[in-house]
Amino acid sequence: MKTQLSKEDLLKAYRKMREIREFEDRVHVEFAKGTLPGFVHLYSGEEAVAVGVCEHLNDKDRIASTHRGHGHCIAKGVELEGMMAEIYGKKTGTCGGKGGSMHIADLDKGMMGANGIVGAGPPLIAGASLASKLRKDGSVGVVFFGDGASNQGTNFESMNLAVTLDLPMIFVLENNGYAESTSPKYSAKVGSENIADRARGFGMPAVTVDGNDFFAVYEAAGEAIERARKGGGPTFIECKTMRYFGHFEGDAQTYRPKNEVKDARANDCPLKRFADAVTSAGLVDAAEIEAVDKEVLAQVEQAVKDAENAPQPDLDALMNDVYVSY
Amino acid sequence: MARKKIMFKDAINEAMRLEMERDESVIILGLDVAGSAGTEQERDSWGGVLGVTKGLYPLFPDRVIDTPISESAYVGAAVGASACGMRAVGELMFSDFMGVCFDQLYNQAAKFRYMFGGKAVTPVTIRTMIGAGFSAAAQHSQSPYSMFAHVPGLKSIIPSNPYDAKGLLAASIEDDDPCVFFEHKALYTMKGDVPEEHYTIPLGEANVVQEGKDVTIVALARMVQFAEKAAKKLAKDGIECTIIDPRTISPMDWNTIYSSVEKTGRLVVVDESYDLCGVASDICGHVSQNVFGALKAAPQMVTAPFTPTPFAANLEAAYLPDAKKIEAAIRKTME
Ligand SMILES: Cc1ncc(C[n+]2csc(CCOP(=O)(O)OP(=O)(O)O)c2C)c(N)n1
Ligand SMILES: [Mg+2]
Repeated sequence: MKTQLSKEDLLKAYRKMREIREFEDRVHVEFAKGTLPGFVHLYSGEEAVAVGVCEHLNDKDRIASTHRGHGHCIAKGVELEGMMAEIYGKKTGTCGGKGGSMHIADLDKGMMGANGIVGAGPPLIAGASLASKLRKDGSVGVVFFGDGASNQGTNFESMNLAVTLDLPMIFVLENNGYAESTSPKYSAKVGSENIADRARGFGMPAVTVDGNDFFAVYEAAGEAIERARKGGGPTFIECKTMRYFGHFEGDAQTYRPKNEVKDARANDCPLKRFADAVTSAGLVDAAEIEAVDKEVLAQVEQAVKDAENAPQPDLDALMNDVYVSY
Repeated sequence: MARKKIMFKDAINEAMRLEMERDESVIILGLDVAGSAGTEQERDSWGGVLGVTKGLYPLFPDRVIDTPISESAYVGAAVGASACGMRAVGELMFSDFMGVCFDQLYNQAAKFRYMFGGKAVTPVTIRTMIGAGFSAAAQHSQSPYSMFAHVPGLKSIIPSNPYDAKGLLAASIEDDDPCVFFEHKALYTMKGDVPEEHYTIPLGEANVVQEGKDVTIVALARMVQFAEKAAKKLAKDGIECTIIDPRTISPMDWNTIYSSVEKTGRLVVVDESYDLCGVASDICGHVSQNVFGALKAAPQMVTAPFTPTPFAANLEAAYLPDAKKIEAAIRKTME
């Protein structure tokens, strides 16, 4: 295998993916205990998409996320500790406990929020990339959205707007085969099974990649982002991937074949594939991978402890920040 | 009425089933209303996100229609089909998502009949979920019915118990005007006596939940339970409350409210939504204008504060109206 990434970069990317996996698997466990409030949608299985894209981005680049947003947050550099506290609804959370899992945002990191409204991201990132373009600062906007969201009018309109205004915008479609219980085979009939074909119709370059292969995502995103930074307009990247848990925590998943997730975990896990590739190519030692795993485990463990012990928001937070002016 | 009590969500399911049996033009459109479309597994795996439409697809496979996540298109299609002889029930999963599709109700369904000189009939019903209390945060907890009630041409229906839910939904589906039917998620598991057979409850008739001589409480949806709790507590101190559940806010049963206030002279309106331009301020305004002379105290509103719904449990608890806040408001009218 060949890659231009240094050993340091490789370990950094792996660490991000491990952080996502460990974080999500732990939230899954905590949710099952009944300790976590609200709706939670987990990103386990899709790590290579968020990390493969965000490794090309800096804090000035903006991303918009989805209801399944933890992975995008982590990949964009939002701190685990604040995220965990947010999911617990604590004062120390990224949003002071006022947003929760579905609304984690860190604008300083260019992370414009997980989102409770399917299809809300594309117009927002059209706007973010318009701002980039007008400011001429070389930054780009990336919107992550699902196969289900790809059917939302906002997405079609934003594709057209991005092409019309020649925006430095990347559409990253996470095609995980389901929108709740509905397959894109039913709801997004595009002939070829590649939803990316739609984007080509709007007049932008579009590719479909193996979203469980970090390097495939990384390469496609790199090309698209570089083009956008140079004024070459929008690109659409479809990443075929798999979610390992239910649509939300608590979903019985009767719409899935029995062994689908088990097989994917065994044979197509993005972290395993990454680790196998870099160790067998002699780029990273297995011991270094294991060390990352251990460190991340400890970090997530600590984040949970801290979140559990953190105070609830002060009651005056209820009335604060409805407006800037009062 | 020999059978066991059933849940609010089953009452809604039953109303839809009976309407579909009675009338072939009744269809259901929505996200995962059957479920597993396009997979190799059996359909009806979901029956809607909380299972409210479960079991309908096997009975009416051609009329329970899963749609892509395209609210503007499928809510609009429910409107369009209804303008062309169908009687569509569109399920908008959370009322918060109305932002995605509002035009199809606001500018289209609501206005056809008037704009077209009385020639259009659009018997569409949109069912949608409301309500906070589940740590579902700012985009899955709202109760935006006053925005719909503000639109001439739309009817807004807000049941508070299983019996009403079944009868009002049947009436909404059979009604020839566009109806928006709001289901509070905290009520889905509420149990009550519900006749097995078909029945309707007229739209625009309030339910007088209990009668008392001192104060009139008007409450909607989940707030009715909280009002009952407050009233029970106050009864121990000799304060007797009338509780009126309007059940529909457009049309609104003004007469029932006015005649109660004429008897009690005191009004407390409880609403999970906001006071500004909301149901509570509207009722207080109408009462003040029309039965001012009967009032012995300033009408009181118990509503959510003017903020989005917070996520954290302690903030959400502070946000929601509850029996304590209602009790305090009632005592204020008695001072
Ligand atoms: C406007 C809107 N419609 C419906 C929903 C309910 N909903 C939340 S996630 C989801 C499925 C999204 O599927 P997809 O875009 O494929 O993302 P995935 O969950 O697979 O990551 C639906 C229907 C919503 N949150 N917002
Ligand atoms: Mg999906």
